[in-house]
Amino acid sequence: MRIRFEKRLAPSPLMTVAVPVVSVILALLFCAAFLALTGRHPFELYFAMLEGALGSAYGLSETTVKAIPLMLCGLGISLAFRMQLWNIGAEGQFYLGAFAATWVPLTFPDLPVFIMLPMMLLLGMAAGALWALGPAYLKVKWRVNEIITTLMLNYVGILLVNYFVYGPWRDPKGFNFPLTAEFPPAALLPTFGGSRIHVGLLLALALVVLFIVIFRNSRWGYEIKVIGSSERAARYAGMDIKRNMLLVMALSGAVCGLAGMTEVSGIAGRLQPGLSPGYGYTAIIVAWLARLNPVAIVLVAGMFGVLQVGGYIVQTFGVPASMVAMIQGAVLFFVIGGEMFANYRVVFPNSKGAEKADE
Amino acid sequence: MSEQSIIISILAAAVTAGTPILYAALGELLTERAGILNLGVEGIMLVGAVSGFIAAVATGSCWWGLLAAMAAGGAVAFIHGVLTITLRANQTVSGLALTLFGTGLSGYLGKSYIGMPVPQAFKATTLGPLSDIPYIGPILFRHDVLVYASYLLVPAMAFFIYRTRPGLILRAIGENPAAADALGFKVFSLRHLYVIAGGMLCGVGGAYLSLAYAPSWLENMTAGRGWIAVALVVFALWDPWRALIGSYLFGGVDALGFNLQVLGVTVPTFFLSMMPYLFTILVLTLLMAKSGGRVVPPGALGLPYDREDR
Repeated sequence: MRIRFEKRLAPSPLMTVAVPVVSVILALLFCAAFLALTGRHPFELYFAMLEGALGSAYGLSETTVKAIPLMLCGLGISLAFRMQLWNIGAEGQFYLGAFAATWVPLTFPDLPVFIMLPMMLLLGMAAGALWALGPAYLKVKWRVNEIITTLMLNYVGILLVNYFVYGPWRDPKGFNFPLTAEFPPAALLPTFGGSRIHVGLLLALALVVLFIVIFRNSRWGYEIKVIGSSERAARYAGMDIKRNMLLVMALSGAVCGLAGMTEVSGIAGRLQPGLSPGYGYTAIIVAWLARLNPVAIVLVAGMFGVLQVGGYIVQTFGVPASMVAMIQGAVLFFVIGGEMFANYRVVFPNSKGAEKADE
Repeated sequence: MSEQSIIISILAAAVTAGTPILYAALGELLTERAGILNLGVEGIMLVGAVSGFIAAVATGSCWWGLLAAMAAGGAVAFIHGVLTITLRANQTVSGLALTLFGTGLSGYLGKSYIGMPVPQAFKATTLGPLSDIPYIGPILFRHDVLVYASYLLVPAMAFFIYRTRPGLILRAIGENPAAADALGFKVFSLRHLYVIAGGMLCGVGGAYLSLAYAPSWLENMTAGRGWIAVALVVFALWDPWRALIGSYLFGGVDALGFNLQVLGVTVPTFFLSMMPYLFTILVLTLLMAKSGGRVVPPGALGLPYDREDR
């Protein structure tokens, strides 16, 4: 007996919602089995992660703090993914954004806050945009694969930041640690109450609204959708594909650069190596899991914020934080595997040879 | 050191630095020839590196390490196979997932092995008179067994792909799976086979890093070599011989970084470390620009095969 897959005419609406939810649960179970095999107590760990991330005001605030860069990078990535442009370079664009933003307070420490912050914001976004524009240009001009170029630039961007932090920008009063000088107060993003949650959250939410408006109501948003689903159709309709590719990649990079700026200005207060624990990569999963929907990105980023905080919690149990990266990768596996069940129906042939669908 | 001996030592270093990339590129080449794009090479190499290291520590033998790396590489590649071949998932996203998963998995498994010495590493051995040939001997024939094995693997793979019947079928399922299917070849099973075989080779590439090149385990020790291998397959135009040349070219760029400092060039290490990545972008761009964007991959690369779409 052979099981067959039959294409559905349209993705099943029930499955569209059920698949991501079930996938996350299955991924957690899969990793639990793996954790148990390597001699840990998986559910004790999961419970501790949940409690640590959501069980206290501090935990909730930390979860939000980790979710902000994931939201921003996820939104940035989703923009490029919508056009089938695989921007894997969010990590590098994040670092470039942080780097350019840092240049402002280090060079002009006495600027007033209403010039300082907007300048950091603009430069951070511009640097992220430039870092993404290079690969976009090579893609448009010679069809150079953007997956490879954006990814290579991640390594270059991180090395560039490390050079400055270990070299010319190292704080002379920093006991030789690879850190820049602390930012003046005018270069720090305002936070809410006594928490570490910074206004980057509002910027992310504003972007969500903007994205919804663009993709629901604007001609340009429609163009991007068409180009993403069929380049040929777009060409016949006379859309300028090359210009849109450059624009979308630049905007995608700018949003990721913004994430870097808000992190360095809202959380770290100085540039340092390891500013991002891989937000740019995790955000790829966030964007895909959210099916590139801006509102869903915020929700999924929140969930991954829990995982991110959980990563710090499990270390107190002697479990490496990379466990979380493993779970995140597994979630993506199950989600893309599960999409099959939204697009196809499983057909079990019965004993008489006639075929019966499963629903 | 005389200038001549410096050049020889850089070229010899290019071979060892190029070998892990070569194994990974050959693995990816085999996979892509079957029509499956596997962007998880970086993750597979890391899993191979860590499992090889753990097995070598546990058994005291680097050969068991190598075997474990192959098994682990094949196993994680099989996940990609199930998702993309059986479940017809998007190959790009599945490959990315594999890289993220492999990075996390290897970090998780390897945590307690960081800084541990390996009981037995693959050491350089000479090959009798071959190693004494002037210039060529010290560059090519004073390495470890895995380097010598790769010398044999390249012609073997080229022969397999271009001159044997299974190789012809391999190309057929990568170029036109519907036609191959119609002729009665088991497209799905064969694609699974080549994805696993490719994963095993990527695993060897990882094990070369942790058991021969720098015998130790470090988180993310592949440092992008898997991605360079993916780029290299394009540069190689899916040909094993060109993959060999490309790997040593990248190995050379890698080795040059270290040796420039020996030569007294004062460039910050951060910029030297950037070279392989920038070089990858440069090489790909030159290739695409020169060919006018007409680099022809296997016909069905990246497309899921679905009988109903026939």
